[in-house]
Amino acid sequence: MNEAKTLPFEKKAIGKSPWRVDGIGLVTGTAKFTDDIFLKNMLHAKILGSPHAHARILEIDTTAAEKLPGVVIVLTYKNVPRVPHTTAGQGYPEPSPYDTFMFDTKVRFVGDRVACVAAETPEIAEQALKLINVKYEALPAVFDVREAMKEGAPIIHDEPDADGIHDRKHNIAAHYDVEIGNLANGLKEADFVFEEEFETQYAQHCALEPHVCIGYLDDNHRIVLRTATQVPWHARRIVAQCLQIPVNQIRVIKPRIGGGFGSKQEVLLEDLCALITVRTRRPVKIEYTRREEFIASRTRDPSIVKMAIGVKKDGTFTAIDQRVTSWTGGYGGHSLTLLTNVGSKTLPFYHCKNVRFWGDSVYTNLPVTGAYRGYGATQGAFAMEQVMDMIANKLGIDPIELRKKNHIQKGETNPVFAALGEGKEGHDNPIESCGLDECIDRAAAAIGWNTKHRRYQKRDPNAKIKRGIGMACLMQGSGIAGIDMASARIKMNEDGSFNLLMGATDLGTGSDTILAQIAAQVLGVTTDKMLTYSSDTDMTPFDKGAYASSTTYVSGGAVKKAAEACRDKILKVAAEMLKEDVANLRCENAKVVSKSGKEVPFPNIISRSLYGQNQFQIEGEASHVSYVSPPPFAAHFAEVEVDTETGQVRVVDYVAAVDCGVAINPKLAEGQVEGAVMNGLSYALCEEMVFDELGRMLNPSFFDYRLFTTVDAPKIKTILVETYEPSGPFGAKSIAEIGINGPLPAIANAIYDACGVRMKKAPFTPERVLAAILAGK
Amino acid sequence: MNLHVTINNEPKDFICQPTDTLLDLLRREAYSGVKVGCSNGDCGICAVLLNGRTVNSCVVLAAHCQNKKIETIEGIANKDGTLHPLQKAFLDEGGAQCGFCTPAMILSAKELLDENPNPTDADVREAFSGIICRCTGYVKPIAAVLAAAQEMRDAKGGATA
Repeated sequence: MNEAKTLPFEKKAIGKSPWRVDGIGLVTGTAKFTDDIFLKNMLHAKILGSPHAHARILEIDTTAAEKLPGVVIVLTYKNVPRVPHTTAGQGYPEPSPYDTFMFDTKVRFVGDRVACVAAETPEIAEQALKLINVKYEALPAVFDVREAMKEGAPIIHDEPDADGIHDRKHNIAAHYDVEIGNLANGLKEADFVFEEEFETQYAQHCALEPHVCIGYLDDNHRIVLRTATQVPWHARRIVAQCLQIPVNQIRVIKPRIGGGFGSKQEVLLEDLCALITVRTRRPVKIEYTRREEFIASRTRDPSIVKMAIGVKKDGTFTAIDQRVTSWTGGYGGHSLTLLTNVGSKTLPFYHCKNVRFWGDSVYTNLPVTGAYRGYGATQGAFAMEQVMDMIANKLGIDPIELRKKNHIQKGETNPVFAALGEGKEGHDNPIESCGLDECIDRAAAAIGWNTKHRRYQKRDPNAKIKRGIGMACLMQGSGIAGIDMASARIKMNEDGSFNLLMGATDLGTGSDTILAQIAAQVLGVTTDKMLTYSSDTDMTPFDKGAYASSTTYVSGGAVKKAAEACRDKILKVAAEMLKEDVANLRCENAKVVSKSGKEVPFPNIISRSLYGQNQFQIEGEASHVSYVSPPPFAAHFAEVEVDTETGQVRVVDYVAAVDCGVAINPKLAEGQVEGAVMNGLSYALCEEMVFDELGRMLNPSFFDYRLFTTVDAPKIKTILVETYEPSGPFGAKSIAEIGINGPLPAIANAIYDACGVRMKKAPFTPERVLAAILAGK
Repeated sequence: MNLHVTINNEPKDFICQPTDTLLDLLRREAYSGVKVGCSNGDCGICAVLLNGRTVNSCVVLAAHCQNKKIETIEGIANKDGTLHPLQKAFLDEGGAQCGFCTPAMILSAKELLDENPNPTDADVREAFSGIICRCTGYVKPIAAVLAAAQEMRDAKGGATA
């Protein structure tokens, strides 16, 4: 059962959960986040957001604001370069339309940038915003993608210099379609065809640390941006593009980050900070307020996912059709890749010869959507895994058995992988590790599936509070095959410690720690001998950034190779010292040990290398790209109580079993699952950004936008199912995102099991659930 | 206005504006372990102890703290630099992910354990109910508090659950 019983290595530094390498700072308050430095003479900048959802700026008069004592600079479209770009931090060239300008003469959602003021204090900057006189010509606005695509709808991007928009007349930012086999024939072969439509909502990441950036000039007048970013290199590149200066004029430093979840895969403040710093020669800070974080940062893209699945009586799929229409909001940064990810993380999951994906990402005059943990897979799983449940119910088979019969297995691939990649064709992705069946079995046993599913209602059909149980199966990826690159450098110090310099961006996940563990495992030392320093565009080598579940797998691959290169040099010096062949030597317990029993401690080796003979710095550096993206797999089970009189859904029990390959650090891996699942539960049951008829968000605060706290949170049980992924560092795959995709479908299926209603629109608020119950009566 | 307070057992005198919040004051004085999450009293991550009680420092005026005792995360470790059992437990259990809400959690837990050395899971949930954490799903922070409580009871050599 457990395919990882025999690993091809012995776990030493990995497979353990040591204290986080940044832990002392986090628990004593000495960790320095972006805003935790205090620069003298620093300016504070504030952004004027649009009050209109769609308007042309006819005139801006900043005279009064500029005259206010303490105001240092006011930026508008009149005095900044006009460079079409995307704020989405993705590999270059980005798969995004260039439809964004630092400031434009048009605003496309409530909260869109109009002007920016830097002043001596935040209060003065705030006051100055009120003195900016803007003359708007309000334009008809459109908030629903179905309306926005219609002939005659307001055209949101009519500026001629935007580039890469799929069909601006119909507000389609991005489109992708692909067919494998013959869908029509597949549907004809089916005994049953299930056609269903699902819709998800606007939601926000709610990282506790808002977007914040501090800019200043270094000794040589280069721009330093200390910023809460998941993408330091993309941030540097995009700022250089916006300001039309070379990247060598910019250094991006990523300090500790207070969570990102995708929202910080975006360049929202860095361009302004850089420009203000350059023009004023003074440090400047810009920090979003919580309100701005909701309306003007990034959000999860609501999506309409229409499924048509053809199935034989025996549960064999003959056709799968997925049509996706998603909201990209006012700008299209992640439009294409979010769209394709809906299909690329759900369609290859099940065997089927005839598959079609068809998707449009559509502009509206609502907040901009972007990367959010799960990245489209969340919306795809909501649809796919509910239809699976419907099929199982119709055919009278156990939902578990339907999945087991059809899901992709080790040793298989699926043509969808090559046909549908990251906004374009992808790479074939043969599956070399899959622990899904074990995930299903262990989670089912933990929650008591066999004694509960389809049984509660038979026991007590008249109960007002009904119980039910549901499940869902999931897959994600591990980085973006053939695109994501990471690199790392390791150098040895006199005491046998190592500096691990990584491009990889720890946004609070603990990646500095697990990458240190990977290096420590290779070098035969304990993790505390690794001094980590990550994500500084001047000091560390490149990394694509922390997104797409890539850090453990791709950045970990780079760290492992760099450590191996460093180890080889250690062994070479030791071979000279011990007069042994390198082939007989290994690193172990901070020593080099030979098969003959001789040994030499690391400090002696490095001492010789730095001060003795044939001196050189023992170090290793490596880059890593993977042309496969091995999916982690998961099975989630939810047990719920539905109050049929109020519509209130309470999650009674939740079990998430996940195959992430070898867990480098089990506690951090569990923490990723727990955090993702809780976010998913909160998203499934209560989180929703609500807008009025003018496109204004009605609940832009933690008081009105509810998310789960400890008193709402059910107990979650996490099961790590170990497999060995040959292409991953020490058998590891990703884990960060997959967990968020389960709660929507698992709870929806549980609600159905409880009271026979299908929740096709999220979130499952009491209002919506009650309406569904009443409609079903 | 002149303000006299005790911060982490050190007497301090500041000049502050009547409109300054306690959060403004602490961060200005480089107690940067106090974090800003919403400035609205909603998220709880700016919590500090005021006369032993957790308050959201963003909605407490500095002036209100005249002659009062303030504890921040910087003052929780022992004088010799060793960690408080709560801090150690957060590291042992993986209770801190990004760490942005960790100071507030540790301080809230300290208030709880100072009063109730033998808390239940529900007690810890109640103590944390005003704090939003997006990273951990609350699982490991709760486990950390229960583990710290156990360790503190063991250290006292007495009461068990």
